[in-house]
Amino acid sequence: MSAVPAEQAATSKPARRPGFSLGNPWSKPRWLTGITWVYILWSLLPVLLAIRVAFNEGRSRTAIDGWSLKWFFGDNSFSVFGDPALQDALTHSLLLAGLAMLIATPLGIMLAIGLQRWRGRGSGPANVVALLPLVTPELVFAVGLFLLFTTLLSTIGLGTTAQVIGHVTFSMSFVVVIVRGRLVTVGPDVEEAAADLGAPPLAVIWRVLLPLLAPAIAASLLIVFALSIDDFVVSQYLASGAETATVPMRIYAQARAAPLPSLNALATLMLLFTLLALVLAYGVFRFMTRGEKRGSAIEQIASIDSGGGR
Amino acid sequence: MGEGLVEVPGGLTMQERRIWGLFAAPGMVWLGLFFVVAFYAVISVGLGNINTLYQPIPYWNPLDWNVGYLVQAIESVVPGGQNWAVVVRSVIYILTAIIGALLIGYPVAYYASRHAGRWRGLVVVLLILPFWISYIMRMFAWTNLLAPDGYGSKILSALSIDSLFSSIGLLDGTDWLGGQGITVIIALIYGYVPFFILPLFASLDRIDQRVIEAARDLGAPPPSSFWRVILPMSKPGIRAGLVLVALPMAGDYYTQTLMSGSPSTSMIGNTINDYIQGGPDKSLGAAMTILLSVVLLFFMLYYLRTLRREQGEVAA
Repeated sequence: MSAVPAEQAATSKPARRPGFSLGNPWSKPRWLTGITWVYILWSLLPVLLAIRVAFNEGRSRTAIDGWSLKWFFGDNSFSVFGDPALQDALTHSLLLAGLAMLIATPLGIMLAIGLQRWRGRGSGPANVVALLPLVTPELVFAVGLFLLFTTLLSTIGLGTTAQVIGHVTFSMSFVVVIVRGRLVTVGPDVEEAAADLGAPPLAVIWRVLLPLLAPAIAASLLIVFALSIDDFVVSQYLASGAETATVPMRIYAQARAAPLPSLNALATLMLLFTLLALVLAYGVFRFMTRGEKRGSAIEQIASIDSGGGR
Repeated sequence: MGEGLVEVPGGLTMQERRIWGLFAAPGMVWLGLFFVVAFYAVISVGLGNINTLYQPIPYWNPLDWNVGYLVQAIESVVPGGQNWAVVVRSVIYILTAIIGALLIGYPVAYYASRHAGRWRGLVVVLLILPFWISYIMRMFAWTNLLAPDGYGSKILSALSIDSLFSSIGLLDGTDWLGGQGITVIIALIYGYVPFFILPLFASLDRIDQRVIEAARDLGAPPPSSFWRVILPMSKPGIRAGLVLVALPMAGDYYTQTLMSGSPSTSMIGNTINDYIQGGPDKSLGAAMTILLSVVLLFFMLYYLRTLRREQGEVAA
């Protein structure tokens, strides 16, 4: 590592702050540039290749082999929309993600507003409990829910309901982090002004606070969607059979077995949905916070990322 | 209530401060049931018993608790126990993987935060991207690459990396997916590095450029300004990032199954997964989960503290 600064001294191109020049030691060390781009290639190329294979003409899952869409739409029973098992996995993943999104977001918003303002007995432990799911290893979390639904709540049992509940539980903490970040940004001033002007408390929440939170709400909806669709461990532990298999579960089960590109096609579709949700989240957030201080959107999304280990 | 608003700093009366607790109620009830009670179910099963069909009978009342399975779990993870080898292997894999993550992740985060220049936006997006690609899909991509006829295997073979690794004993044969510890470790690094880079990036990005300028102005040559200013200031970010990646690795079982599948590379997550999903040992699995949680609790609370401190800083 001691080579970093030596390199820095050797080259003298100005970097990052163009206006700065005092015999500049801030130049860009080339080997850092190299490592970073090699890392980025290493991290993304395998996935790009897996996507490319989904468009193969032939049956190989390890080599590029022509172009076609037959593994997506082919009328053979091996394509995503031809094989009921693959199609069901996609439908089930989307169903879980949609439900988790609609339940976790309102719960998380209320929890965030409550935790931000509530000062009194119990608010300390409540804060810890609201964030603890972010750092709990998913296996511990999943084992807990699995045992809960097979003992105390065996009337609900394993299956779709349990899976939705599991997804809501871990994604709610992400909503709390996003919404609290937004609450801190907007501050209490506007609300206080509304209250001083005579607005009753519920009107303050409904007509002042919620519109101010709108970008965070939109971002939360779509991020819960993305988290849910990518989830594997909780889905697997709470599944009750083949009909409750999700896309990651299918991939996990067949990655080392069935050698057909339709699995790549399924993975590609899932990735498409995730990225669509995130691009939408980012776009909506940017659009709704336009005119506010710059740089907030990407920093917000980045800080959400660093909030948890999924 | 109108005039009450100005009396308390922050604009809220004491009564209102409590009313906000009602807002938190639905979410707290949900988390109470499906997170806190769920974990209590692990304790009750782990300290419970089984019926004649090997199904767990949870003991919800602490007075009834039976420590038999917990004792059995503890005995299995001490030297000489049946899970001792797995524990040692897990620790080695996780430590190697987080060191790897540090060696790869630090330069990348450092470059992205301080030197990316006009590429910064693009670099940050590309660093965030793997985070949102399903972990299972990222592993799946490697199972294709490392299959005997995959591009990855071919390249590694063309570069003689497989024979190099074989000669130093890191690889047994030439099948990268055939139960190789090294493949699991590299896969863990590949899987978790993005989770390390982002918090580290955030913490490096917060270092005030003027502090580094001051160090240089006061005559610190570039190496000392790195070792004595930047590195110490990024230590909290390094620690938080390492904890953040070590926690999920401790419960990871899918990386091992996808990249190796052999019992000779199984980790503690595989053991718990086998106990819980495998069949007759659910109570023992629950007891192992309790043990794992106790070991990890310290790290979890440490990370939560840094997270809340950061939120506090933003608020202030």
